[in-house]
Amino acid sequence: MPFLLVGVLIGDLSSQAPTPPPLTMLSKDGRRQVAVTLVNDQEFVAAADLAVIFQLSVREDALGALTLTYKGKTIVLTPDQALASVAGRLVSLPAPATRSGQRWLVPVEFISRALGPIYDAKLDLRKPSHLLVVGDLRVPRVTVRYDLVAPGGRLTIDSMPRATSTVTQDSERLTIKFDADALDVSNPPLVAPGPQSLVQAVRIVDATTLGVDLGPRFAGFRAATQPIDTTMRLTIDVMATPSDPALGPAAAPAPTTTEPPPALGPPSSAIRTIAVDPGHGGADEGVKGAGGTKEKDLTLAVARRIKATIEAGLGIRVILTRDDDRNLTLDDRTAVANNNKVDLFISLHANASLRPSTSGASIYCATFDRKGQPPSSAAEIVPTFGGGTRDIELVAWDLAQTHHLDQSTAFASILELQFHDRVPLAAQPVNRAPLGVLESANMPAVLVEMGFLTNEAQEKQLAGNDFQNALVQAVTEAVVKFRDVLPGGGR
Amino acid sequence: MTLRAATTVAGVSLLVAALTAFGFFALPRALRTPATTALAAVPAGPAPPGRKIKARLFYVSEDGTHLVGVERDVPFAEGVEQAREIIAAQLAPVTEPLVSAMPPGTSLRAIYITDRGDAYVDLGHEVVDAHPGGTSNELLTVYTIVDALTANLPGVQAVQILVDGKEAPTLAGHVDLRQPLAKNLALVQ
Repeated sequence: MPFLLVGVLIGDLSSQAPTPPPLTMLSKDGRRQVAVTLVNDQEFVAAADLAVIFQLSVREDALGALTLTYKGKTIVLTPDQALASVAGRLVSLPAPATRSGQRWLVPVEFISRALGPIYDAKLDLRKPSHLLVVGDLRVPRVTVRYDLVAPGGRLTIDSMPRATSTVTQDSERLTIKFDADALDVSNPPLVAPGPQSLVQAVRIVDATTLGVDLGPRFAGFRAATQPIDTTMRLTIDVMATPSDPALGPAAAPAPTTTEPPPALGPPSSAIRTIAVDPGHGGADEGVKGAGGTKEKDLTLAVARRIKATIEAGLGIRVILTRDDDRNLTLDDRTAVANNNKVDLFISLHANASLRPSTSGASIYCATFDRKGQPPSSAAEIVPTFGGGTRDIELVAWDLAQTHHLDQSTAFASILELQFHDRVPLAAQPVNRAPLGVLESANMPAVLVEMGFLTNEAQEKQLAGNDFQNALVQAVTEAVVKFRDVLPGGGR
Repeated sequence: MTLRAATTVAGVSLLVAALTAFGFFALPRALRTPATTALAAVPAGPAPPGRKIKARLFYVSEDGTHLVGVERDVPFAEGVEQAREIIAAQLAPVTEPLVSAMPPGTSLRAIYITDRGDAYVDLGHEVVDAHPGGTSNELLTVYTIVDALTANLPGVQAVQILVDGKEAPTLAGHVDLRQPLAKNLALVQ
């Protein structure tokens, strides 16, 4: 066995490893490359190269020890020992220094572990990125992710430590310029998601700039930044022009398929009926504003306006779950929608906060906190009149929404876009919550909190014509947009 | 519908059985323990002598739509009594700048924890009567209780709020309370 092991080691040493990428050194003087040699899967750099770059003197003594001196401080490397004596203190290295012909090679970690402690400037070795940052340069590590999020896609770009950035559009490209000295980012930053994708590629433009190549269906974008611990997160939502096929229920990316031709002709009639649910009612007044506005009255007034506008303008039937001042249980409200087989369910509410300054509209989709994954539907064979059998699908009442969550989320995003600039939005406009009235809805369903009645200014606004008209218009246009993105022929 | 009715009946029967069982064994013991007497006074007055634990309690954030965790001393107790101490501390009135999402005067009637890690927190009807409403507020009230137990007691996986000893559909017409809810730190800033 020992012989075999030695044989393997010798074999490894003598084999020519593929050339590893060089180490890129970034400093105030610019960037330069340091050649890297691979020995036994360990990356080495030449001591002579380091001597030139960092102004070290290198001396080999009679016993084979290697001494490197920087401004009177010494590093001593002993052959065959994965250790270095750095100004009298021992530090460990992943491998001993090794000789290759006339050259001495030291592991790349030598730079941070041995040279770092005695060098004048900070030496930040980022081995996975093959990067060495010398001095106090701002070189954030940048990662790029792309997700399909209806009604388009979302680029999430994290920089750590935090770096601010500006996003500009230039015809078919977005340019992201970071306030930094350089970027530590993989190349390419994002592998092309697919030929038909809204985002075709993310490329490195220069040391501090990334470029986003956009697909033909790109319609617009919205960028937002948010600090998370030591990271700055830049989120860019890219919107597709309507008739985006990626918005269907099977929104999974399919990189190898070609894009179907855009849908032409009149909009599909996927939405024939909508249920609008005015929240609360009767003895349940909901939130009561300081000025006397009651949530139950506000929701009914707005629901009636939505019904009038959508029925007249779009020819879509709108059913109200209540059209007078009475209370219904949550199940009764959803039952109106389910029994009428409506194509979209919108529950209207007004919000409240214990902080009087809180304001803005938000849109909620259901979530199933404890109930886990959508259940596999139970198919059951039942006898029919006149003999024979048929398959029916059984869905537990309070889990019905699990089958529609994707489309509910898509509608929520469309609604958010339509509210933009018309209806003041909360800081986090789209949310998920275990809301009873949505969980049993067997169709796309959202709950809209129009604004906060506990905010004095917003209470006046909510009760006014201007706000209500703007909200009704936004909802109407969201229905049109949603109808256009639904697969033709309905749910 | 039949399926749901059957499930509900079965669920309620189980719950009643569980509550009865706990009532027989847990309540008399609870009445004997000093922890229950501390319930009304925690932690407004000087802390009672004895061991303390650090518990993360939850209050309404500046923006009014999130919770913030605040570390507080809570009397140490064994088993379900520790849950009772945490909820009692969470229900205690607070002063500015803290704002509690729990309606003032909300009382704690009982707490049960099953072997599966589901906790049942039985609150008095004040939590419904005095609730100011709104989805945001209601979420904060519900998750104040859910997170106070799940974040501090590793054995508690989910929490169901009962009102006056009974299953309640919601507190204010939005958040479904018919099932135990899992920890939600997305609401916590």
